[in-house]
Formats: sequence, structure tokens, C-alpha cells
Amino acid sequence: MSTYDKSMALTGEPPKSLSIGQKIATLLGLSGLGILLLAIFNVNFPNKSFWLTLSLSAMAIGIIWFSWDAYTNKLPGIKNDGVWFKSISSRGLWAWVAGLSLTGFYIVLYFYPEYLGLVSDGNNKGLIALFDPLSKLLNGNPASQWFVYGTLYTVAIIAFGIKFLWKYRHNRYERLRTLSVMFFQTGFAFIIPELMARLNGHKILDGGSLPYYDLKNIWPLNYYNFEGYRIKMFLSSGEIGFGLLIFGILSIFVITPILTYKYGKRWYCSWVCGCGGLAETAGDSFRQLSDKSTFAWKVERWVVHSVVVFVTLMTTAVIYSYLGNDTSKYWLTKSTFLIGVAILLTLVFGWVMIFKREQLQKDAQYGAIGYFVIIIALIGFHFFSGEGQVFLFKSETLRKSYSFLIGSIFSGVIGTGFYPIFGSRVWCRFGCPMAAILGFQQKLFSRFRITTNGGQCISCGNCSTYCEMGIDVRAYAQKGENIVRASCVGCGICSAVCPRGVLKLENGPLEGRIDSNQVLLGNDVDLMTLVNKK
Amino acid sequence: MEHIVIIGNGIAGVTAARHIRKLSDKKISIISAESKYFFSRTALMYVYMGHMKFEHTQPYENHFWKKNRIELVEGYVTKVDTEEKSIQIDGVSDLNYDKLIIATGSKPNKFGWPGQDLNGVQGLYSKQDLELLEENAPNNKVCKRAVIVGGGLIGIELAEMLRTRNIPVTFLVRETSFWNGVLPKGESEMINEHIREHHIDLRLGASLKEIKPGKDGKVKSIVVEETGEEIDCDLVGLTAGVSPNIDFLKNSGISLGRGVKVNRFLETNIEDIFAIGDCAEQHEAIGNRRPIEAVWYTGRMMGETLAQTICGNRMEYNPGHWFNSAKFLDIEYQTYGWVFSERRKEDTETHFHWRHPKEKICITIAFDKESEEVLGINTFGIRLRHGMFDRWLSEKRTIDFVMEHLTDANFDPEFYKGFESQIVSKYNSDFGKSIKLKKKNLKRIFQIA
Repeated sequence: MSTYDKSMALTGEPPKSLSIGQKIATLLGLSGLGILLLAIFNVNFPNKSFWLTLSLSAMAIGIIWFSWDAYTNKLPGIKNDGVWFKSISSRGLWAWVAGLSLTGFYIVLYFYPEYLGLVSDGNNKGLIALFDPLSKLLNGNPASQWFVYGTLYTVAIIAFGIKFLWKYRHNRYERLRTLSVMFFQTGFAFIIPELMARLNGHKILDGGSLPYYDLKNIWPLNYYNFEGYRIKMFLSSGEIGFGLLIFGILSIFVITPILTYKYGKRWYCSWVCGCGGLAETAGDSFRQLSDKSTFAWKVERWVVHSVVVFVTLMTTAVIYSYLGNDTSKYWLTKSTFLIGVAILLTLVFGWVMIFKREQLQKDAQYGAIGYFVIIIALIGFHFFSGEGQVFLFKSETLRKSYSFLIGSIFSGVIGTGFYPIFGSRVWCRFGCPMAAILGFQQKLFSRFRITTNGGQCISCGNCSTYCEMGIDVRAYAQKGENIVRASCVGCGICSAVCPRGVLKLENGPLEGRIDSNQVLLGNDVDLMTLVNKK
Repeated sequence: MEHIVIIGNGIAGVTAARHIRKLSDKKISIISAESKYFFSRTALMYVYMGHMKFEHTQPYENHFWKKNRIELVEGYVTKVDTEEKSIQIDGVSDLNYDKLIIATGSKPNKFGWPGQDLNGVQGLYSKQDLELLEENAPNNKVCKRAVIVGGGLIGIELAEMLRTRNIPVTFLVRETSFWNGVLPKGESEMINEHIREHHIDLRLGASLKEIKPGKDGKVKSIVVEETGEEIDCDLVGLTAGVSPNIDFLKNSGISLGRGVKVNRFLETNIEDIFAIGDCAEQHEAIGNRRPIEAVWYTGRMMGETLAQTICGNRMEYNPGHWFNSAKFLDIEYQTYGWVFSERRKEDTETHFHWRHPKEKICITIAFDKESEEVLGINTFGIRLRHGMFDRWLSEKRTIDFVMEHLTDANFDPEFYKGFESQIVSKYNSDFGKSIKLKKKNLKRIFQIA
């Protein structure tokens, strides 16, 4: 396709052009953002509550107005016209501008919060000061960079969530799922922890202080949940604190496996999780940018599982570091803890290798064996080497490098900053250890699958194109095979964009979950038996 | 090593090649003048609409072909020499074959309309057609109005495509209602409404008389046969069906009708030459099917079957229950078994029809008046589980049974409102029955004890 030029005109043509309403809405949204920028450059707004409200509402209304204008005159249905013509959604100039600005914002946020106006001993300045009134209203304290970030994050999920609700107004699964992430972000990630902070020092916490705790943010996504300072805070906060600590442990070891067995990892990744929530709402325009090559899939499997190993080692080392040696003081000592970890890992490893080995590819088996041997060897090292450290490194070094490399650079700077370049779920796909653990279970022990509807696939490729996790959905659908993939977050978009009604996310019996009834591809039974012979 | 040459890299040819590779080590070459790599023709519309880029329509990565030792030859086959077992390819040296598979697909119909070869007049079938469309109708300034001739599946897709660029579209449909040669009345009428809802100027009972050129030799207007009305336009889309693309086989000695004549084994009259997909024509139609089936699925099934024959397990093309699907703008359509339009159905075929009072959702079930055995189902805006309906058709279930278990066959995404109870109550009142709808049952659906 070379002899003609698709877009000579700068203004653009339908379907990529903007209406007058959308232009004004964009201007409104940008002016809201402009107020924040002015604040960053230390313009001192006289009435901070007023200007903050103005800024946040201008941005939210801008987004909502823009979307309303885009969908209001259209009939319910798939709204992907011009996705690959628009600069912002096809890695054009605007995509790079947006990507680099977001990345820049994350770098400042994580590493140079003082440029946002954070003052540790004194009154905040600049942008952070602008958020002080809201912060004081909610939790009684001045704002931090994390409060600013949390507020903007929540506003983004709500405003873009409303956009998504309109875009998929014909699809009840998408609407419910989006309402759910909007609710969990606003309630659990934002309001509840802020209000909980008001309880600190109160007598129902025995005068203790709870750590900032987003209840749905589960270890290992919440990699710092079991760090020493947090454990101290939980334990100093009476029964409530102790309850929350137990809840944190049950979340990953009991609640998560049960829900994932019943519904697949989607119950978390695309119904509850905040990272997923942002990806599904603000990131929705970028889902088609994920890399679908088999090469990317290989990279994904190695990288994401390495992160799981890393977070396991790091957490083990951190907990190890603050435990004692004397059983008479506390039952859980360094040694009992390490033995416990080793037993747990051996059980999981043994179960997979004995019962589920045929479901793992060769390289996955080698990877699992390799990593298992390394972890067990490192744990064993403690018992031979005597005291001081575990895993060759100081726990503090492990913690700091994890927090820097994975917690900040991967999940924030690359994961979100590069939405417009790599797609919306780069973090979830390549980096999130929580997603990897849930995915591991989804693949091996869950009722969830995407059912392929017999022989109806026409290989058009909409499903693969719009899969944010880079799964080549079509490769399965055109063979009449169900899709059971560890990475699938169950967003349901493949099913929504399918023009032939081929895909359905559903929970069903484990029996026959992967193999489909290929007779339905249309031919008579004898032939299909032959075709399926491997 | 035996050399299998396949002319055409569409779904039929590529499926044959893939399955031959699965079953054997034969040398395989695929020749195409259209594109180097296999792509999904049905997805071309999404490229114009900006939903996908062209590379997204390619189901296999480029390294797939080399890895599976399938040779790709780019060129146009001009002649088949059945004596020498060789073919001439434009711009490439001749190729010898041991077995030849003709899978050249279709080309858009042209019925000898005056002006049908003017600039700005085109069909929509190939990759080249799509590229031409980008030239003829890049936007609504170059293309101020388009006229589409022929009310079938491609016509409505072309209309949808052009509307995404806000190009005004006049849609000439010869029949008195959209696709009513295939669809029963209620369904066809619902689609008429939906086409108009999308601001498409639908003209029913209107056919093309002639296409008039402007000074520049480009199309300027068309004239409607029935009314004599002249409509100015910059694009004329000819979408009045397709016919087999077999002109290059004239004088080759291969027996031709409208398509390449084949027997149930997909063999032509000449040994070692086979034809599959859109271009193949059965000597006698199979069941209710047409002798030429220009459908994605049948092309795929023929490819699978022929691969068996070529690899030493001679096998008849024996398709199972008929199924098909399409999407009319925003409305998905699925069909299983046979539901005939009023024009084609026999007296013994009775229809039950239900339509949602407000939304564009409807369903038609055809059954035999005497035995009450279900013959087929059409749904619009409701997805059905292929496996379930296929099974019911094989088990020759009655309409009462299907009504009772209708929820089991639903394939809509989770949390969708089901309309089964409304459907069943309409059925009860139409036919004086008292069927009670059963709840969805996973054990029945997945056939586990």
C-alpha cells in the first residue's frame, strides 16, 4: 500500500477528525492540567481549594465531555473506527509526546518529589501544596507526592471509566467490570486508607498507627506489605492491626487461590486491581499496541517469572532480617521461617511437577527446576553459612533494588509512562508478580477459559489486535481451540470485538477445558479424528 | 520428492498446505499474485475503517512459512499445461508440479452494465481492491457520494466502511427488502431499519441501469433502472455477488462450468489436479448446499479434506451441518442448519419468529410442520453456542425440546440479559403450547456425567 498517502491534511478527516465540541473539551481538559503545571512552577494560588477543584473538575469534565461527544450520536456497538489513523493511538507524534511526558512525570514523582513541591520539614510548596486542603480534609495531614498521585490516579480511572462505560454501553460484562474497578479504586485505594489514617493514635488502635493499607493491594504486587516497619505498626495497633495483618496473609494464600479457581485471575486483574483499573480505563486507547509476536511471548514468560522469584527472595530476606533466633521469645524464628518457606515452595513445585507437568512447555519446566534449585540452595546457604545474611546479599540491598527496579522503574516509568508506545498492560504482562502467580494458577487449576465457538472463526484478527496482553487469540480460535493462557486477564474485549460471536469468557468444568470439540469445525467426524491426530 | 503446487493463498489453499505439511514431507509451493503472505480477506474492511493495520489481518507471522517449508511464489499464473504438468507464471520461471491444487477464489460479478469499467467503479474482494478504494474514496471531499450496487454481505460491509469516513452512501438493492432471498421477512425488514438508522440511503427495488462518465473519464453519476433517477457520485461499488476466478484455465482442458468442476473428492477431470474453495463447483450440490460455496468455512473444510486425499487417504468432502455468520453494521447474525426465506422455503417448513420490542434483536427457528423436527435457526443480536445447536441438529430434536433448553445454547457474554423467557412465551402463545424453560445447565452443555 504505497502509491497513495493516507493523511496529507494536517487537520485530519473522519474518522480521526475532532468535532468542535471535542476541541473545546480538549481545551478545557488541558486548562485543568495547565493549572497543575503552573503550580509545579510555584505559582502561588491564593485559594487552593478553589483552584484544585477547578483543575480536577476541568480535567474530568474535559474527558467526559470529549467522550460524550464521540459516542452520543452513534448507535451502540464497537467503536474502533480510526484507531490506527489517530496519532495518539497508533504511535504517532502525539503518542510520543504523551509517553515522554508521562514518563517524565513518573521520574520526578519517584525520584525528585521536591520538584513537585514536597517539603519534608515545613510547609509544602508548588503542586503538592495545592493538594494540601484535600489531604487535610480526608486524612488530616498535609499532602505528600503519593497523595497527589493517588488523587490524579483516581480521577483518571473515574473520568476514563465513564468514557469506557459509554463506549461499551451495549456490553454488560464490560460495564459491570468497569464499575467494579472504579469502585475499588475510589473506595479501597483512595478514600478508605485516607480515612483510616484518621484513626492513628486512637484508642481503638490501642494508640498505635496503622500503615497506609489499600486492602485490595495484595502481596506480591504490594511487595512491601510484610516489611519490618509495617509489621510493627500492624502489631502495635491492637486487634484491628492484627486482623489486617492476618487479612494480608490470607489474601494471597487463601482468598486469591479460591477466587482464581472459580473465576480465573480476572476477578483481580480486571475487576479489582488498581493497575489493571488504570490500564482498562485511561489505557483503553492503547490496548492494540501490545506486541503479539511469539518472541514477545517468550520474553514475557521469562521476565515475569523472574520477577516472582526476585520478589519471593526479597520478601523472604526482609522477613528473615527482622526475625530473631530465640524460640522462647517468639515461636517464629529465622530458621523456622526459612524451613516453612522451603516446605511451601517444595509442595508447590512437587504438585506441579507430578500432576501438571504435561501442561508446561519444555522451557517452562527447565525454568521451574532451575529457579527452584536456586531458591532452595540459597535457603540452605543460611544453615551452612551461619549468621548475618541470607541469599548472599544483605536484605536491605535486595529490598532497595527491588523497590527501585521493579516497584518504580518497571511498574511506573515503563509500565504506565509508555502506555502510548507499548500498550496498556506492559507492567501486568511482563512485570507484575501478582499477575504471574494468579496466571500460573489460572493455567493449571482454574475453571476459567475463553471458549471458542466451534467453527465460526474467520481469522479476521480483531481479537488478537485488541488483546492488551498480546495474546494471539486468533491462533487458538481459528483452530477451534479454547484459550487457556496464564496471562489472560479476562477483560473480555476479544469477545466484544469479535464480529462473528466466536469467543465467550466462562467458568466451567476442568474436564475438557482446553481441548475443544473440533468436529464443529464443520467436517464429518472421521476427518476431524484424523486432523487431530498429532 | 513429490511437489504439490497450490495456486492461490486464500483460506482454502493455505489450509490445504498446512495440513499437507502436518501429514507429510512433500515439497509445497503456494503461488499468489495478490499478496506474498496469507491474510484474512474477511478482515479487509477493518483496515479501511482503521480498526486494524493490514499486517494484523495476517494470521501467521512471516517466519511461519519458512519454518514449515512452504515455498511462497509471487506471480500471476497465466497457463496450466496439463500434459507437461507445468504452469506458466507471469514474471517467474515455469514451475513443474506433481499435484496441482486450484484455489483461486472469486472475482466480483459484473453484469455488463454500461460504464462498469470506468475509473471509480470497483468491487471489493482483493487487497488490490482495498488499495483502489483508498484512492477512490479516501475521504468525503474526494468522494462526495458513493453508490453501492447489490444488496448482499459485501454491499453492506462496503456501506459500513464508507460511513466511517462520513461519505454519503446510496445503496441500491434490487430486491424488495435487504437480502430477502436468504433471510425471512421479519429479519430482512429489521436489517432495512438498521441500515437506515446508520444514515445509509437504502433504495429497495432499485437496480442499476448505467454508469455515466464525466469529462475526465471518471464516473460522474449512475442511473436507476426503475425510476430513471440520476444520482451523482464519485464511487460505484459493485457488490452483486462473486463468481469463480478461473479465466486463466480456459483451454487448459480442465472441465469448467461456472467454476472448476469437481467430484466429491475435489478431483477435476484431469488426474492430479484438484480444486477447492470458492472456485470449485460440485457436479451435484450436497444436500441443501449450493454447488459453489463461496464461504470462508467451506474453503477451510475443503482444504482439510483435500490434504488427506493428497497424503494417501482418499476422502470425500463431507461437510457437517451448515452454519454461517455475518455482521450487519452493529448486528451480529448467526445461522445453524437451514432457515429458508419465504421465496425459497417449502410448504412443510414452518417458522417461529420473535423480535425484541425495542432493540434490534430477533430469532427465527425453522421446523418441519409434521414431525416438528428443528431444521435450522437464525439469530440476530444473540450469540448461539455452535456445539449445542450442532448436537441438536444431529439428534434431530423437536422445536419443543429446543425451546425448553434454549438457555443452554446461549453464547452471549456473561451478564447479558437473556431473552429466552420472552421467546418461549411467544412460542407458547403462537403455537398453543405450554413449554417451561429450563435453567442453564453446565453438565448438559459440556456433556459431563
